Amino acid sequence: MFYRESGDFKTSYAKDTQTFPIKLDRIGYYVILAIAFITIPVMLITDVGGGANYWTNAILLPFLIWAIAAIGLNILVGYCGQLSLGSGGFMAVGAYAAYKLMTSFPDLSIFFIVIISGAITAGVGILFGLPSLRIKGFYLAVATLAAQFFLVWLFNKVPWFYNNSASGQISAPTRSIFGFEITGATATPEAKYLFCLVLLIGVAWLARNLTRGRIGRSWMAIRDMDIAAEIIGVAPLRTKLSAFGVSSFFIGIAGALFFAVYLGAVEVGEAFNINKSFLLLFMVIIGGLGSIFGSIIGAAFMVLMPVLLKNIMVNQLNWPTDIAVHFEFAIVGALIIIFLILEPHGLAQLWRLLKEKLRLWPFPH
Amino acid sequence: MNATAESYVTEDGRTIGAPVLEMKNITLKFGGVTAISDISFDIREGEIRAIIGPNGAGKSSMLNVINGFYHPQEGEIWFHGEKRAPMKPYQIAQQGIARTFQNIALFKGMSTLDNIMTGRFTHMKTNMFWQAVWKGPAEREENENRDIVEHVIDFLEIQAIRKTPVGRLPYGLQKRVELGRALAAQPKLLLLDEPMAGMNVEEKEDMSRFILDVNDEFGTTIALIEHDMGVVMDISDRVVVMDYGKKIGDGTPDEVRNNQDVIDAYLGVAHD
Repeated sequence: MFYRESGDFKTSYAKDTQTFPIKLDRIGYYVILAIAFITIPVMLITDVGGGANYWTNAILLPFLIWAIAAIGLNILVGYCGQLSLGSGGFMAVGAYAAYKLMTSFPDLSIFFIVIISGAITAGVGILFGLPSLRIKGFYLAVATLAAQFFLVWLFNKVPWFYNNSASGQISAPTRSIFGFEITGATATPEAKYLFCLVLLIGVAWLARNLTRGRIGRSWMAIRDMDIAAEIIGVAPLRTKLSAFGVSSFFIGIAGALFFAVYLGAVEVGEAFNINKSFLLLFMVIIGGLGSIFGSIIGAAFMVLMPVLLKNIMVNQLNWPTDIAVHFEFAIVGALIIIFLILEPHGLAQLWRLLKEKLRLWPFPH
Repeated sequence: MNATAESYVTEDGRTIGAPVLEMKNITLKFGGVTAISDISFDIREGEIRAIIGPNGAGKSSMLNVINGFYHPQEGEIWFHGEKRAPMKPYQIAQQGIARTFQNIALFKGMSTLDNIMTGRFTHMKTNMFWQAVWKGPAEREENENRDIVEHVIDFLEIQAIRKTPVGRLPYGLQKRVELGRALAAQPKLLLLDEPMAGMNVEEKEDMSRFILDVNDEFGTTIALIEHDMGVVMDISDRVVVMDYGKKIGDGTPDEVRNNQDVIDAYLGVAHD
């Protein structure tokens, strides 16, 4: 009744293929953008209630950064159908590339540092994507698992990557863009938040464009039936490698942000271990394979759920923290299983079904 | 009919041109099994060429050889008057050979429109940078190709299912979408592997009409495998008959119908 598309006719192919074809969706999108770009920064700057740092570090930054990474992995797994467990390793490549760039070129803007880190990660991703021509499915997942362990080992083993620091850690020096500090101890929450937000929107926009056109269709063709894809002219290796490249580019950007903006200091075995790869895969599966929007809500779900559970158990029920943490694992795990059984196509599919119901609501026919 | 002539005129008055594809002494073996043995035939421009034969005769293997999935141990393939080097299937697609499969091979997760748009892949050239930016060349190219795809959709009368995921479509429509995907490529040679398998009479009539119309309107050269003899004899200009990997007949439907070897293969005599 309130949500409808009847009477919304398209008169050109461009209008027919736009991202938000329904007017109400477009309005919703602009409202969300306005909240993200105006309301939230104002709240962070004025710091009502004194929670600006907590909100930024516990919720906003992890959500934005994981959303970028989830879009990256979704391109590989959801669109191109190539299962990867190496995302933690690729995030580490992004982080260490960012560190080397920051320390080697002190005057370089943080924006270019992040983008170049993404590009370096794309190269590494393509290299580890080479086996995908010969192996598929779980076997490919095991091959990418090798990337995960090899990369983490490499960054631990070779002192050049962490500039021979005694602790083996890397820590982000202060870097800025347009005079605003983004990394380092003195950077403000709103600057960090806005920087990550702009990157997320940029990544989502690029991913949406790539997936709706020729290249996106060739990825999906390889995913759905690789033999049929080949007979209509899709070169399997080049297509799979392009998916590995684009996916790793986004994951590398996320890794660079995760280290430089969010954590500030990183020990590779701690920050980018196999758990991160699984976490990212869960986000993509719960959010919805083959959906940009799904990647974003999947990241929101996996970031917000533990925070919410912790607040309920520790602050409301006054349980001891350690018990709460164990319960948190159990509940999140159970939720994932329940979700996969009830809605294997993820939150994005739930959203789609809800919209289809709303279209007719309150009349059943 | 003289097979060596440069062109010939069919019963219904269409002029058939020079050979598009020539198979010369093709032999294909899988280990000890000879799937195709020493077969030669040609497919001419503007022609509807049928390949028939009992189950296991090697018909689909022959299409797979043309497609580049199998590489014959002996023999040569000439395409447009040039000898074709061994190629990957996607390179052959770029040369202008499209095909449909016996078991439907659509992209189940995509809509009808996207499936047919994928058929335009070889005609779309914008690079990844422009694709990522979208505005500009990529969008223009997309809309130009969309126009061609919409013509295919109109032609096959599937406007109503444009946005439907193909996995939800009934079998007959899926076959039609698959034909649409092959047509969207505007191929020089269209290979159809049992386009009417498992269809009811109305669907078969529709499909026959589409095949004839494609040939008539776009002048597309078509090679098809089909088991329904009524359809084959009706729509094809020339027929190759295979049995146990050997060619046992080649000619117009009438010639083939009266060929004793063909009658034996279909009605069954003891192979000695």
